[in-house]
Amino acid sequence: MAERLASWSHAVRAYLLIAGMWVRSTMTYRASFVLMAVGNCLASALDFVAILLMFSHIDALGGFTLPEIALLYGATCTSFGLADLILGNAERVGQRVRDGTFDTLLVRPVPVLAQVAADRFALRRLGRIAQGLAVLGWGVAAADVAWTPLKALFLLVTVVAGAAIFCAVFLAGAAFQFWAADASEVANSFTYGGVTMLQYPPTVFARDLVRGVTFVVPLAFVNWLPVLRLLGRDDPLHLPGWVSLCGPLVAVLLLGLTGLVWRAGLRSYRSTGS
Amino acid sequence: MRLYAAVAVSGFRRHATYRVATAAGVFTNTVFGFILAYTFIALWDERPHLGGYDQGQALTFVWVGQALLAAVSLMGGGFEQELQERIRNGDIAVDLYRPADLQLWWLSADLGRAGFQLLGRGVVPLAAGALCFELTLPTAPLRWLLFLCAVTLAVVVGFALRYLMALGAFWLLDNAGVLMVGQLLSLFFSGMLLPLTVFPGTFGDVAQALPWAAVFQVPVDVLLGRYAGTGLAGALGFQAGWAALLLALGRLTQARATRKAVVQGG
Repeated sequence: MAERLASWSHAVRAYLLIAGMWVRSTMTYRASFVLMAVGNCLASALDFVAILLMFSHIDALGGFTLPEIALLYGATCTSFGLADLILGNAERVGQRVRDGTFDTLLVRPVPVLAQVAADRFALRRLGRIAQGLAVLGWGVAAADVAWTPLKALFLLVTVVAGAAIFCAVFLAGAAFQFWAADASEVANSFTYGGVTMLQYPPTVFARDLVRGVTFVVPLAFVNWLPVLRLLGRDDPLHLPGWVSLCGPLVAVLLLGLTGLVWRAGLRSYRSTGS
Repeated sequence: MRLYAAVAVSGFRRHATYRVATAAGVFTNTVFGFILAYTFIALWDERPHLGGYDQGQALTFVWVGQALLAAVSLMGGGFEQELQERIRNGDIAVDLYRPADLQLWWLSADLGRAGFQLLGRGVVPLAAGALCFELTLPTAPLRWLLFLCAVTLAVVVGFALRYLMALGAFWLLDNAGVLMVGQLLSLFFSGMLLPLTVFPGTFGDVAQALPWAAVFQVPVDVLLGRYAGTGLAGALGFQAGWAALLLALGRLTQARATRKAVVQGG
């Protein structure tokens, strides 16, 4: 047990060291970094501007008001931003497999996952997190919810668990590239596609699609189910109430599962030899 | 002329090499098409005829958007990173020595790329959308031909914009921020997120006059048959005007840049 703990702390330390190195390297071009961070923030804000433009014509979308959608949007964007910051660059595995530089990672005395995750660590992604938090803050203030400390804690846990779920999706996408190095874009369907979908209320989508993101790729636990509970609304699938509390459990199970998939992918890796 | 045709063909073939990546892109475009289609249905349920479109036209807007996304490089991608990198590391000096025009060279390559991505990334998502939703696609071959003209002009305008941005690398050590801003502008003001006709008031009018409208909004409107007669000529003229202006601006910038460029020998 103590040995396992030591290896975990070794991995985390390595991750932080590599990430720190990239942060220092980013700061060489400070103006460019500021521009990129602002750009990152604006890029993710554009989706919300589109929603605002929609609401200049309507009062409710799928039965949800703007503050309610802001709550959904803010929660998912913050979660996604965190996952993107921590693990977003794992999607570059495919490129490393193709050009042969993945072998270099294997011979270093540092866990491969820590290296892959911290590779080109992009601090500019704080921009996206800031934007998500801003919308979330406004949603919290404006939505018709009687906030209690317990509900606030629930929201906090939801955002963290949501980030963990997105981390698992990123990890699965990275592992998938051991088998299909060129297909990194498929992962975007679940990461960027997922976050786009979760910004809107579930009532907008066809029921089968909602079923799919509840039971197959459990993205519904990122924000839909918990936020619906906070808003005191029924979910379109009429699941029992306790299900919406399962976010952290789903996150842990999913991380465990994708961890195994990652390991299997790593084992099956054959170098291109170049 | 033959040289540039050959460059275009090689641009086409270069992108045709990545079959798995193309399939992955098609998959992602289709998934996004579904997600956006449902949000548009919800919006047009609330406000039928929003922006002058009925629901079928709005859905067509979504799916044509996914089909054109790669071809007109709305999210960037294509050549600008490559050109910018060549400027940064000095390889551009070799390019300038070549007996070919720099701008035409990259334009030909980009047209070839667009040609492949229109076929490889465009047909399947649009077909998937037409299968699963009620789209308003024209049956007249002439309308499709005009659409193709509008898409070609859209590719040229998109190219000219990105060429200008990439030239920023002559002045900045790290041009990535400029490209990013360019990408955001293109995503928002092309109408990809939401049709420009839905943008309110003067803001909407301004947005429809900007070059990014020529990259996406205009070709879709041509396909949807919102222009007829002189209006149609005006729409294509709007695209051609921006294309000419931006290409000229690119040449001017390039001339200024090459006069100041100093290549470190070694």
